[in-house]
Amino acid sequence: MSDFLEVRNLTMRFGGLTAVDSLSFKVEHGSIHGLIGPNGAGKTTTFNMISGFYTPTEGQILLRGEDISGLKMHEVARRGVVRTFQHSTLFAELTVLENALVGTHMPFRPNIFAAIIGWDKEDRRGAEARAREALEFFGLLHLSDERAGDLSHGHQRALGMAVAYASHPDVILLDEPFTGMNPEETKHMMGLMRRLKEDGITILLVEHDMQAIMGLCDTITCMSFGKFLAEGGPTEIRNHPAVIEAYLGGARHVA
Amino acid sequence: MRNLLIFVLGSVALIALPYGLSFSQQEILVFLVINVLLVTSYRLMTLTGEWSLGHVVIMGVGAYASALYTKELGIYVPVSMILGAVTAALLAVLLSFPLFRMKGFYFLIGSFAAGEIIRLIWKRFREPFGGVRGISGIDPMPDFSIGIYQFDFFEPVSYYYFAGFIVIASLWVLWRIEKSPVGLTFHAVHWQDKLAQASGVNLRAYRTLAFAIASGFAGLAGALQAHYVGTVNPNSFDIEVMVFVLTWAIVGGTATFYGPILGCIVLTVLNEIVLREMGLEQARPLIYGAIMILSILFLPDGLESLVQKVTRRKSAPKPEEKAAT
Ligand SMILES: Nc1ncnc2c1ncn2[C@@H]1O[C@H](COP(=O)(O)OP(=O)(O)O)[C@@H](O)[C@H]1O
Ligand SMILES: [Mg+2]
Repeated sequence: MSDFLEVRNLTMRFGGLTAVDSLSFKVEHGSIHGLIGPNGAGKTTTFNMISGFYTPTEGQILLRGEDISGLKMHEVARRGVVRTFQHSTLFAELTVLENALVGTHMPFRPNIFAAIIGWDKEDRRGAEARAREALEFFGLLHLSDERAGDLSHGHQRALGMAVAYASHPDVILLDEPFTGMNPEETKHMMGLMRRLKEDGITILLVEHDMQAIMGLCDTITCMSFGKFLAEGGPTEIRNHPAVIEAYLGGARHVA
Repeated sequence: MRNLLIFVLGSVALIALPYGLSFSQQEILVFLVINVLLVTSYRLMTLTGEWSLGHVVIMGVGAYASALYTKELGIYVPVSMILGAVTAALLAVLLSFPLFRMKGFYFLIGSFAAGEIIRLIWKRFREPFGGVRGISGIDPMPDFSIGIYQFDFFEPVSYYYFAGFIVIASLWVLWRIEKSPVGLTFHAVHWQDKLAQASGVNLRAYRTLAFAIASGFAGLAGALQAHYVGTVNPNSFDIEVMVFVLTWAIVGGTATFYGPILGCIVLTVLNEIVLREMGLEQARPLIYGAIMILSILFLPDGLESLVQKVTRRKSAPKPEEKAAT
């Protein structure tokens, strides 16, 4: 197992505020890696830097040894790192199937000339098959023709992941995927993530649901006020004094 | 079978249409056909969410370019029309560099400014643009025969058939683009550009693509107009014309392909038949403004929403009103 994705001295400053302060960690290929920390710790900002949404103030992001910091989001995506967003960010006006079809943009790159002449039938069929496959995986196929904006909150979160999954990513960055899901849905979704891992997809996960984090992750990185705090397996992190401290006597959260 | 029937009936109606009209009405019909292409190309641009105020000037770029290619270089008219369209598209690619640093309202103003600069250049340089008077004596489309029909371009009917054919072919291309994965990507860029980008979509490239295609077809519309009228000048592409295009698009509605076309046809008919008969032509900008405001207030989804209501009622006998959120 090699160091697949590595973050080195990553720093993000917004004016006077240092949201992420010289953060370093490594994500192993094929693992589920958790990123935890209290609200405002800088987890989403870290995701935004890895995915290319923000350019880091300092530091590097290495993917298979290549420095990808400062690349645009679509350039990062084309290297196999695909993200979801913290809030249900979807194409609300489009149907569920169309949402998933946008997700197939990378494996089935649209070609305008072929589209006009009608020579892209193969690609369109392939894209639709992939989109349906992604929807089926996340249990959304029966909702294909619904407007994405009309879905329940839990289904919207699942659709966000289906859009990412449709692109055949190597790494998925999931920002609080279980928000808005009931315990039943959460459990089901955890099962799906284990299956993604079996498929060789690396998952980097931000989540507040500690039970889900502890149940899923191989490695957990904990951060607080933008800084690295601790790293280790679930048991280690659960019993780590600094982590418990960071959650402010929150042993009950970390339990 | 049913589609074939509609196609045949539609073609016959379009071919027979000019014979019920007076000479001046036939001329208006030619402009209507050209304007249908103009407003449909404008809609393609709006698919990515950007509204431009420079579209009519870009149409003028196609008109000027095609006129100059025939006049200065002696290029055969139909070829120069295509080159005029290509010129407009290429200029759009150039303009995209400064313009796509802006979004929304700023893009709107930026596109207006860019258009005014282009018009200023036309006015300022007598060589080759002819200054304020523009270019006149533009070569007409040369007559030709297709066996069953002799095209005589002194007749508006002939030009109507010629332009009609080109416009329908262009609409077909625009329709194919919109219904393709490229069209879906345009929608994606409009509704949620962050998520589109996270799915690997190069936002700049797709915005530029939509802008270039829309501009190319606007340029083609301009070339069709230039070789029909025989003159071009900076004032035939001023902001007043742009307001007409906006009014057609808004009154018709931009959610469907046919909305802007419907708006263009209905308002042209209203304008030419009703206003002209009543001698109110002078008040056209005023009346267009009033119509635009009224339609925003009382028909926010455009004429297309009326059509959708009717067709939906037909296809679904018991429509269950879905609560829109
Ligand atoms: N775009 C921004 N501009 C200014 N401050 C920001 C911005 N994004 C995040 N922050 C600040 O950075 C800190 C970390 O935020 P965030 O990464 O969202 O935390 P988390 O996801 O761990 O809850 C917070 O104090 C937040 O207010
Ligand atoms: Mg967050």
